Amino acid sequence: MSTVVETHNDQGHHGPPKGITRWLFTTNHKDIGTLYLWFSFLMLFIGGAMAMVVRAELFEPGLQIVQPEFFNQMNTNHGLIMVFGVIMPAFVGLANWMIPMQIGAPDMALPRLNNLSFWLLPMAFTVLISTLFMDAGGPNFGWTFYAPLSTTYAPETVTYFIFSVHIMGASSILGSINIITTILNMRAPGMTLMKMPLFVWSWLITAYLLIAVMPVLAGAVTMMLMDIHFGTSFFDAAGGGDPVLFQHVFWFFGHPEVYIMILPAFGIISHIIETFSRKPIFGYSSMVYALTSIAILSFVVWAHHMFTVGMPLAGELFFMYSTMLIAVPTGVKVFNWVATMFKGSITFETPMLFAIAFVALFTIGGFSGLMLAIVPADFQYHDTYFVVAHFHYVLVPGSLFGIMAGVYYWIPKWTGIMYDEILGKLHFWLSFISVNLTFFPMHFVGLAGMPRRYPDYALQFADFNAMATVGAFIFGFTQLLLLFIVIKAIRAGKKASSEVWEGTQDLGLEWTLKSPPPYHTFAVQPEVK
Amino acid sequence: MMHVLKATKKLNWLILLFLSTSIFSERSDYNMPMGVTEVSKDIFDLHMLIMWICVWIGVVVFGIMFWSLLKYRKSTGAVAAKFNDNFRLEIAWTILATLILVGMAIPSTKVMITAYDDREGDVNILVTGYQWKWHYKYLEDNISFFSMLTTSQEEIDNLIPKGEFYLTEVDEPLVIPINKRVRFLITGNDVIHSWWVPDFAVKQDAVPGFINTAWTYVSKTGIYRGACTELCGMKHAFMPVVVRAVEQEEYEAWVAEKIAFAEAERLLTDKLWTTDELIERGEGIYLKNCVACHQVNGQGLPPVFPSLDGSEIVMKNKTRNIEILMEGVRGGAMQSFANQLSEVDIASVITYTRQSWSNGKEGDGQIVEPKEILEFKNNTKL
Repeated sequence: MSTVVETHNDQGHHGPPKGITRWLFTTNHKDIGTLYLWFSFLMLFIGGAMAMVVRAELFEPGLQIVQPEFFNQMNTNHGLIMVFGVIMPAFVGLANWMIPMQIGAPDMALPRLNNLSFWLLPMAFTVLISTLFMDAGGPNFGWTFYAPLSTTYAPETVTYFIFSVHIMGASSILGSINIITTILNMRAPGMTLMKMPLFVWSWLITAYLLIAVMPVLAGAVTMMLMDIHFGTSFFDAAGGGDPVLFQHVFWFFGHPEVYIMILPAFGIISHIIETFSRKPIFGYSSMVYALTSIAILSFVVWAHHMFTVGMPLAGELFFMYSTMLIAVPTGVKVFNWVATMFKGSITFETPMLFAIAFVALFTIGGFSGLMLAIVPADFQYHDTYFVVAHFHYVLVPGSLFGIMAGVYYWIPKWTGIMYDEILGKLHFWLSFISVNLTFFPMHFVGLAGMPRRYPDYALQFADFNAMATVGAFIFGFTQLLLLFIVIKAIRAGKKASSEVWEGTQDLGLEWTLKSPPPYHTFAVQPEVK
Repeated sequence: MMHVLKATKKLNWLILLFLSTSIFSERSDYNMPMGVTEVSKDIFDLHMLIMWICVWIGVVVFGIMFWSLLKYRKSTGAVAAKFNDNFRLEIAWTILATLILVGMAIPSTKVMITAYDDREGDVNILVTGYQWKWHYKYLEDNISFFSMLTTSQEEIDNLIPKGEFYLTEVDEPLVIPINKRVRFLITGNDVIHSWWVPDFAVKQDAVPGFINTAWTYVSKTGIYRGACTELCGMKHAFMPVVVRAVEQEEYEAWVAEKIAFAEAERLLTDKLWTTDELIERGEGIYLKNCVACHQVNGQGLPPVFPSLDGSEIVMKNKTRNIEILMEGVRGGAMQSFANQLSEVDIASVITYTRQSWSNGKEGDGQIVEPKEILEFKNNTKL
């Protein structure tokens, strides 16, 4: 073993190949991580542009820019792209970059599989987005694609959509297998499970969630496929099926899915808060238990998305109680973050600003989530803009801010160059203000009675909608600034040291590596004491 | 610590001040309506209670967080403490969180049990969601009608100013008596819709093939406006719900009038109609039922909604033309209108399309009589 280690110690002659083949054939965890992140960034702009179409149409009452049919396509694809094309790939990208570095491994356990799981994604999204250019138009049934709107009444292109979801699911499952294998088998000697960095913990749990639920999603779309083309009636009451069955299957996938989109952010935020508070994370073990309980509970709350579907009283109450229970571990996490800041020595670099905003705004999303859990009140909230406000609060200043915080936190390590702090702060403040301007008014219009997925609305909702549109455009264009900052941090600037941030050498193995780290991460396995 | 407490108190008063205008008003632009039924008021109170608990938790948690952020700035020389755990504290806040949740669950359960009640009503109404309109059938009196948006396309397209009830007005509102228990049996004809009246706090999905129930007991006359809240396709935003709650006497008079009107409609089928009569009636039917897809100019929105102007079927194939109206198109967007329109209406709308646009000159010019539709119905047992 030692001789092998010796030959690989010299990084000079073992760099990546040049040109496009470096990216096509790469099995390197950092290259694949980079691919995932750039893919996600590209999708952010595509999905974001669709959101701009939606918001522009909703700027004032009446139909101005697009017709309802196209509006529905934009709405649907915005949701699908943001969920499957932005948030999930970005987290997988961060996992690829950081997990080997954080656990002291040279690479991912299954590098070729890693290449495959990335390259499936551009295929899936090419299939999906191509439908928008077909005569029948793209998917128009909402990202939750409830049957029979997505089966009997769907545009013909729904079959492309189904295959696209299958490919995305395969990509996620392969990626998860890789992550679990890496974490369980390749940790540095001495790194017991309860010594793992929280980002690694959050991803271990996320990966299990993915393996558990992606096949369920595949099952749901396969049943759709059968209903559409092969004469079955899973979701058609006329043939003995049940449209509500679709919703049960979908949300059995869908609810764990929403935790898939937030748990890795919990990990990232924990690291950032302890770094910039200069104080170890408060309650590490309760953080791990909280992550685990959230994951387990996520399997028994799915029908809280379906309170108006006509469930028996006992069902309504069960799902209300189980949903409320999730507030306990989530609350514990928030308390732990605050307790980490308490009596720290705090500085406010861009990643910390995003992390603080994350804690505050994600918690607001948590509050509205708790309100939505209350079944009788949910009769009034369900499918209104209140729900839109809720899940955008947990997904944009939640997941997306978590990702951005992670990028700012780790990019000096990746590129060896410090990002531009002034521009970073500008990016933060513009994003912070505009995200609230966009999504806070949605609480009000939702409570006042504006249903979601409406291309046009009654006059009483006009003011708040105009505000939201202004906010959305500021938020959208602000992300071009992030693109500029990232490119700048790749090309030139102040060199970053190996520890990057003050006092990080004790926080994790990634900070013991050079900035940028060598192409093969840990040629010699480090030891954790 | 004292000044922090004072500051949070002040903040609370500010929040209270901001929201107080909304708390006691019936219809608000930024809060849930209190509504006009016991249940809707209970739900409103529950909503406010939970919201205030959340606001208070937020004030405390964010208060401590922002205070820490200010107090322990490195720039003021703060030195980090070393502690990283406190078992008792962890247990304490876990228990505290659980207790708060139990406190929320108890009133919620109570309200839920009241709201959930599927016993028969004094008036029972079958509500069916169609793409994109509501159908109401009074089970005791055997009255039924469709309720459709009346906001004009010109208003939607910003060609003329929008009226006060833009997108929340219909031709025939649902009429219910006050101080009676009204039960709704809710189902869907095609895709899933959802029937929502905020002032009653009633929202139930209309699932094709299944019947859900909801009920209300309104004690105040008035017009209550709601919406479809489950994405149901292109015109999801254009199928509002309007309910008119009236005194018992007015309700009875309305029922009698509806029954008489239905009887008169039935007699029209036996009459032999002239081309002009059919076209005149057909135009109205077309504008109400067909333009959403086939457009005013008959050219549709191909490929999903085909053009009727110049269509081979509309111009030259009367039999198939009738079949499509009566049976819909399998696998296509066209629904069957056999149970949605009367024989007279179907005959006149077919005649109208066969005589309009270029079809009048290019086609065979055949008209359809109401009797032919009745015959078709009898032959196919529709």
